[in-house]
Amino acid sequence: MSLISLTDICRSYDMGSETVHALRGVSLGIERGEYVAIMGPSGSGKSTLMNVLGCLDTPSSGIYELNNHNVGEMDDDELADIRNREIGFVFQTFNLLARSTALRNVELPLVYAGMDVDERREIALGALRHVGLADRVTHRPNEMSGGQRQRVAIARALVNNPSILLADEPTGNLDSRTGTEILELFDALHAKGNTIIVVTHEENVARHARRIIRIRDGLVESDAPSE
Amino acid sequence: MKLRTEFVEGLRISSEAIRGNLLRSVLTTLGIVIGIVTVTLMATAIQALDSSFREAISFLGTDVLHVDQREWFIDSDRKWEATQKRSKITLAQVRAVERGLGNVQGIAPTVMHGIDAVRYKDRSSSMVILTGTNEQYVITGGITLSAGRFMTKAEAYANRDVCIIGSDIAENVFLNELPLGKNLRIGTQSLEVIGIIEKRGSVLGQINLDSQVIIPIGKMTAGFRYDPSCTIQVKVGDTARLDAVREELRGLLRKVRRVPPGQPDDFAINQQEALLERFRQVSAVIATSGFFITGLSLFVGGIGIMNIMFVSVAERTAEIGLRKALGARRRTILLQFLIEAASVSLLGGFIALLIARGLVEFAKRFLSTLTLSPGIVLLALGVALVTGIVSGFLPAWRAARLTPVEALRNE
Repeated sequence: MSLISLTDICRSYDMGSETVHALRGVSLGIERGEYVAIMGPSGSGKSTLMNVLGCLDTPSSGIYELNNHNVGEMDDDELADIRNREIGFVFQTFNLLARSTALRNVELPLVYAGMDVDERREIALGALRHVGLADRVTHRPNEMSGGQRQRVAIARALVNNPSILLADEPTGNLDSRTGTEILELFDALHAKGNTIIVVTHEENVARHARRIIRIRDGLVESDAPSE
Repeated sequence: MKLRTEFVEGLRISSEAIRGNLLRSVLTTLGIVIGIVTVTLMATAIQALDSSFREAISFLGTDVLHVDQREWFIDSDRKWEATQKRSKITLAQVRAVERGLGNVQGIAPTVMHGIDAVRYKDRSSSMVILTGTNEQYVITGGITLSAGRFMTKAEAYANRDVCIIGSDIAENVFLNELPLGKNLRIGTQSLEVIGIIEKRGSVLGQINLDSQVIIPIGKMTAGFRYDPSCTIQVKVGDTARLDAVREELRGLLRKVRRVPPGQPDDFAINQQEALLERFRQVSAVIATSGFFITGLSLFVGGIGIMNIMFVSVAERTAEIGLRKALGARRRTILLQFLIEAASVSLLGGFIALLIARGLVEFAKRFLSTLTLSPGIVLLALGVALVTGIVSGFLPAWRAARLTPVEALRNE
């Protein structure tokens, strides 16, 4: 059984009078430990696919099984729990809480998991150390560089030991040197056995992945190992 | 366990949010502040009035029945006319009641009469209340003496030339002299002072109980009021038996005054409860109008909080999306914003209590019984809390219902 199994996933939105079909029947499987890039021009449906994969959105039709859970049949709160346990998000704009310290930001998923204070502090510190920010624990986002912020976000994504690390244009807001550092961090995480899915439109980002899935007009255009 | 974590987290987030927008938060609470100040001052004023009123009428005694020609409160002109035709309560009827009524602590006929002046040497005291009664009045009137003694039964029935004086008369007429054993001149009579009543204060600032002279009732009817109507005071001694004694007394009076069966009573049995009932009606009117004002300003304040919470939700839509992406459930988000609304409102409550405290301290100069009691503080904070939760509900609900995709897109 694959970690992720999509079968004939469709997702359409009602935009007033017309219906937009963002996904028109996507089927794919991703195994544990894979490093996958999802590529496609804007409007191709890759963001919708990422939202579905991340359980932020549910498909209009089709079956999505994540780690043996049938995601399509879940209600809002069950989806929240699945996101909390199974998925670690890394966003293009980092999405850190501006008023909170790095530690507090990393602790957040553990708070929603209902972990008590001492335990979650311990784990969050470990995650920050893991991404090389042991000396930035009490800094707030505006006291850190872009690369450091994205590292905090990665620490936050990993802190719950999720099944998938789901990154949406993780280097989009970083200069190329910092972007490379982040991608090297992804490589290292992959080497340790993490499953990583990166959504990007940059070829050099996608090249780090072992497999590239190209989306066009709501369909899988190609699905091949990266060269 | 999970709920506690969420609650603590909600408190943390709301304190960060309020501190981040302190000025805005404080301004938002203005309506709440006005509302809570009003509710606090209202409640404090009513409480102070209530306690001073109770204190004022305590001289009537909670377990004392007052038999009068008329009711203390007459609601219509027709009733009042009817009471005018009633015959006086005579001393002979008092004697009959004394003989017929058993198992009470005391029965005293009283006749009150305002006189212009009492004199000692060349000094006089004006506006004196002269009370003619018997030796039981010390029980029925709840009188405590600061010096000397009350009249004896023998003195009361033999109409001896004795009097018991209030503390104002002792001070004003006798100055530094000891009044006991001295003779006080009242009209043409001269009576020996045998006792001084402890200071009692005035009733609602009207009747000065300390400017009182008590004399045997026979002296009263002989020298000041010929053929008066008496008030009979009956001290029951036990409030539980008040109604039973009242019925017994009523039957006895009907027999003594020869009221034919089927006819209404031609007398009234009054008690302190009637006064309290009146007062409660008055304070209910004050409370109703006050709480209307309070309700209005709390409503306005609540709308203000609702408004600012909508702004807060709109500003933090992306944050809500992030929290949802990281695993926050609907309930978590709802709770977070409810706590924030309640905190803003409670902040207003605390500011209001500080203001109210200042105002109460200031007003104490004029009405010393005013105090900001713990009950009122709790009431004020409770009202603030409820207002915050109620007005925060709609924005919080909207935040909780946001879908993560829509919320995250909002940056």
